[in-house]
Amino acid sequence: MILYILSILLFVIGLYGVLVKRNLIKIIIGLMIVEYAVNLFFTLIGYRNGGTPPIITKGMGEQIVFVDPLPQALVLTAIVIGLGTTALLVSFAVRIYEKYNTFDVRKIRKLRG
Amino acid sequence: MNLITLFVIVPLGAAFLLPILNKIWKGFPDWVGNLVSAFLMGLSIWMIRSANETIVYFVGNWEPVQGIPIGIALVVDGLTVLMLLIINIVAFFVMLYSISYMSHYTDKGKYYTLFLLMLAGLNGVVISGDLFNLFVFLEITAISSYALVAYGVEAEELEASFKYQVLGGTASMLILFGIAIFYHLTGTLNLADASRVLSGNPVTPPLYLVSALFIAGFGLKAALMPFHAWLPDAHPSAPAPISAMLSGVVIKVLGIYALIRIFFNIFGLGTVPFFLNILLVLGTLSMIAGSFLALGQKDFKRLLAYSSISQIGFVAFGFGLGTTLGIIGALFHLVNHAVSKSLLFLNSGAVDYATDNRNLLKMGGLSQKMPVTATTSLIGSLSISGLPPVSGFWSKLVIIVAAVQCEQYILAGVAVLVSIVTLAYYMKLQQLAFYGHLNDIYQKIREVPLAMCISMVVLAVFSFGLGVLLIPSLREIILDPAVKVITDGIQYSKMVLGG
Repeated sequence: MILYILSILLFVIGLYGVLVKRNLIKIIIGLMIVEYAVNLFFTLIGYRNGGTPPIITKGMGEQIVFVDPLPQALVLTAIVIGLGTTALLVSFAVRIYEKYNTFDVRKIRKLRG
Repeated sequence: MNLITLFVIVPLGAAFLLPILNKIWKGFPDWVGNLVSAFLMGLSIWMIRSANETIVYFVGNWEPVQGIPIGIALVVDGLTVLMLLIINIVAFFVMLYSISYMSHYTDKGKYYTLFLLMLAGLNGVVISGDLFNLFVFLEITAISSYALVAYGVEAEELEASFKYQVLGGTASMLILFGIAIFYHLTGTLNLADASRVLSGNPVTPPLYLVSALFIAGFGLKAALMPFHAWLPDAHPSAPAPISAMLSGVVIKVLGIYALIRIFFNIFGLGTVPFFLNILLVLGTLSMIAGSFLALGQKDFKRLLAYSSISQIGFVAFGFGLGTTLGIIGALFHLVNHAVSKSLLFLNSGAVDYATDNRNLLKMGGLSQKMPVTATTSLIGSLSISGLPPVSGFWSKLVIIVAAVQCEQYILAGVAVLVSIVTLAYYMKLQQLAFYGHLNDIYQKIREVPLAMCISMVVLAVFSFGLGVLLIPSLREIILDPAVKVITDGIQYSKMVLGG
């Protein structure tokens, strides 16, 4: 149980970073923390106490407990998607730095209204 | 091989081929983009004939084992057909418009690649019958739209896109978190199967958490009121055709469609007053705030973006009433708004193309030089502000009548008031941009090229005449199957899995 609560805590820490931090890079890191928290949570859901990897081999007993393989497959997909979004965000941060010469969101304010 | 897979395969395949074809001949992107979207439009019209049935296709032929689905299911029912029609028809005319408009920008190849990727994602979201698959398509759409918003790579566009990415990324993570708990509760990701599992059990607190996460996540994607901050920056910053797609289609598919599908068909909350009240409150807030914020705008596209928030509020409001009439009104308004708002964004692009200016205060008298743009934008404005006999009037009328029938007199009054405010800011837009004295520096401008005119005129005809969809014989073909899917609620699982 404590693991689930800790991963939710990690989620909240990441969300705090996204909402409060003023630096573009720190916002991106916050978003990554949120993503890792969700992935961790997803993997935990598939975990079974004393479970083995879900691969059937010779000489296995009848009463084997497998961990749920589906969340692992989903997390793998989610990680790839996360890679895409993070790469895009970082490249945007670089382009914004070229235009504004700062990472500070308080100074990046050409849009108003 | 089933026809419905083509909705994803064709644009996805074309998107991956385009960067290569672009190297061979620079004319390929225009042709491929337009042919693919014309094909998809034809296919979606062809699907109308099966609107009354439910087609299920299991990808890779992983048929259900003992009634339990194990593969990814693609589902086409009445609601899906309606959404496919909106997406692909708007996309085709936007694509046609892009041929001339995007010659302003460099590298059309990348533009069409991203556009087709977005189209594949949108079609995927509506035909997917699997929650995680829906999430993946949602992310495909989102990532390509992030890139398209910043297509001009100016400072403002990068800033807007960054804001959009941070909020969109947060929304995606909230949705994924919801999916994780959802999977834990039901043990399945297939929407129909999950609905069957949930219907046997009482509602538990974890399900409330899932609902809250989904409302926040999809609400952010739909730009409903407390979650709207990214939209007025992101939509105006994109090139005009992309603004048309974002405002006309993307917020509806990623936000409203996903929300309605999950809550009405899977959770079966379509009859629970608490949930409906949340939709009503979010809808009313967006309606009021969007319209009043739009009043003060000086930028053509920014005004339209705020108007989108207000109109998406109308749609959520209609669904929140929960009655059949309310749902008809909401779906019909969704169709009308998709057409008229895309039209208006294309008009703003035409004005920008001719005058290189988006500030309303510096325009004036453009109707003398650009008659097609002026007339079509007048029709679009009338449709969105809801004046008879233009189509927008009928959908708003249905929503307001539905509100009165539910004895929500105050909210019905608010809806009427918002319609009047909407009329006010659209009249302001028309007055400032197209009528009055022509600015001297614009003496030499000309009407935009033919392809742009054609798409604007066709969309204007649609937004003028879509009221005919309410005529019973036409309503039975297009609107009624979609309404039936929503009002049937959790019957969805029986339709998909049989039994």
